[in-house]
Amino acid sequence: MSVLREDLVRLIDNPVSLQRRKIKNKFFHVVLFLCTIFGVVVLAFLLYDILKKGLPWLSVDFIKNFPSRFPKKSGIYPALLGSLMLILLTTVIAFPIGVGTAIYLEEYAGNNRFTELIKLNIANLAGVPSIIYGMLGLAVFVRALGMGRSILAGSFTMALLILPIIIISSQEAIRSVPGILKQASYALGTTKWQTVTGVILPYAIPGILTGTILAVSRALGEAAPLIVVGALSYVSFAPSSVMDSFTTLPIQIFNWASMPKKEFQNVAAAGIIVLLIILLAVNAIAIILRDKYQIRMKD
Amino acid sequence: MKKILFESKSKMQKNERVINKILIILGVISILTTIGIILSLAEETIQFFRSVSIVEFFTSTKWTPMFEPANYGVLPLVMGTFLIVIFSSVISIPIGLGSAIYLSEYAPKKVRKILKPVLEILAGIPSIVYGYFALTSITPLIRSIFPNASVFNALSAGIAVGIMTIPMVSSLSEDAMMAVPDSLRLGAYALGSTKFEVATKIVVPAAFSGIAASFILAISRAIGETMIVAMAAGSTPKLTLNPLESIQTMTGYIVQISLGDVPAGSIGYKTIFAVGTLLFFITLILNILSRNIVRKYRRAY
Repeated sequence: MSVLREDLVRLIDNPVSLQRRKIKNKFFHVVLFLCTIFGVVVLAFLLYDILKKGLPWLSVDFIKNFPSRFPKKSGIYPALLGSLMLILLTTVIAFPIGVGTAIYLEEYAGNNRFTELIKLNIANLAGVPSIIYGMLGLAVFVRALGMGRSILAGSFTMALLILPIIIISSQEAIRSVPGILKQASYALGTTKWQTVTGVILPYAIPGILTGTILAVSRALGEAAPLIVVGALSYVSFAPSSVMDSFTTLPIQIFNWASMPKKEFQNVAAAGIIVLLIILLAVNAIAIILRDKYQIRMKD
Repeated sequence: MKKILFESKSKMQKNERVINKILIILGVISILTTIGIILSLAEETIQFFRSVSIVEFFTSTKWTPMFEPANYGVLPLVMGTFLIVIFSSVISIPIGLGSAIYLSEYAPKKVRKILKPVLEILAGIPSIVYGYFALTSITPLIRSIFPNASVFNALSAGIAVGIMTIPMVSSLSEDAMMAVPDSLRLGAYALGSTKFEVATKIVVPAAFSGIAASFILAISRAIGETMIVAMAAGSTPKLTLNPLESIQTMTGYIVQISLGDVPAGSIGYKTIFAVGTLLFFITLILNILSRNIVRKYRRAY
């Protein structure tokens, strides 16, 4: 509070006119508002720019075609399929591990050094740059475990990348379950696991799903770790198994944007529109799922 | 539920023990990930330093590992990364803090309800899109102002990284400011302060630890950001402070070599792990620093 007193003393010693202080306040009100609006304006311009460049190139053929040397014939099919397969597998791997870890940390783990170590470790993992996960994937999954540059190797890499996000958000969701509910359940003589599956998870599931979807959208947009793992730049076939080599939407967009021919920039914009639509859809699913479960909780 | 209740007690206890073990194993996976990161980085990095001296790595000012004569001085890559950090911070820190102050102190509830989700959308846009935006919109704008700027330049990438990290600064800083109790604000208003005085002299100092932590996290994020710099900053490792020149960052180098399909065991393969190790430690130190600032300076109200 000493700050305030000093200010007060300064005010008495050197009175600034109220008028000037009010003008200063008004001025910064405008400046701070402009700071906030800056992001909105950039977002609007970015979307306008991409729609303007990409929409004319967006067609059914664009979705169905393979990449080509000719911008007009280029399509996004293998990348779309690659992204969807990758994301499905990544979720299947990361979701149970993430939620399990969160349940362990919140409900089972004792208050000891080991628990502290895991928590600290997860916080640190959340701050590791994504490209480092790519190097982990390259060394462990691609080389040491012999998965090659496959969808499987990419999915494991991505799963580790999004694991901290799923764990942290699931922990928060589990922590928000009222203690009264848990105690009521234990009073009925249930075991810990029965309480977890019967009381805690149903209550926490909207939060867990929201966190997971957030993590999945992160993985959908990531390109850096996959480039290191070695997702192919040109795929002339549709991946059919998890051991196939692959490409994804962000990598395909990256390739198109780096092409010397100017028209490919517009093809890239069309790819970005597809990517953003998928992200939007995924987030919409999250909202729908969350609402559905929340209604059930009220019953 | 009925079925479970009738199961024998000993069977239930056995189940509990098994479940407990399974959950511990899941928890250990995160530790294994860290060990995996460190081991896989360390193995190749140690091999790298068998053929290249650590002194050369940290002091030489040339980075030409794939050319003859090969030079392995990482400073140009560090300098490139540093340039990106400077330009992104110049954008993200004042604008992020400004919007945090606005959202927390000035904005009416209705305005806040609209603006906050929009800023969150900004955070959810993939970095590849920002890379594209930098290359196709920001760069041409820069080149129309500075005609001698190169097609790939540090300024363009830095601006895009800055825009991307605005939501990070603003939402973390806003959380910190929201945690400042209203009694402090009301006290200052009672003394006749204006909103601006309350914000800058009471709320920001009180929330300073959280705000500082958000700055450090944004810087750490800028250091690790990859796709934007790979697309817009160029691939010329250079010791320069000129933002209009093409440069290369640590992450940009890793992408460039990875795109070339490096064979395991080659010097190219080892260099990306050496650079990756450096990147890992820099970001790790920043993340620990930011956490410690919050812990050390957090005031209890």
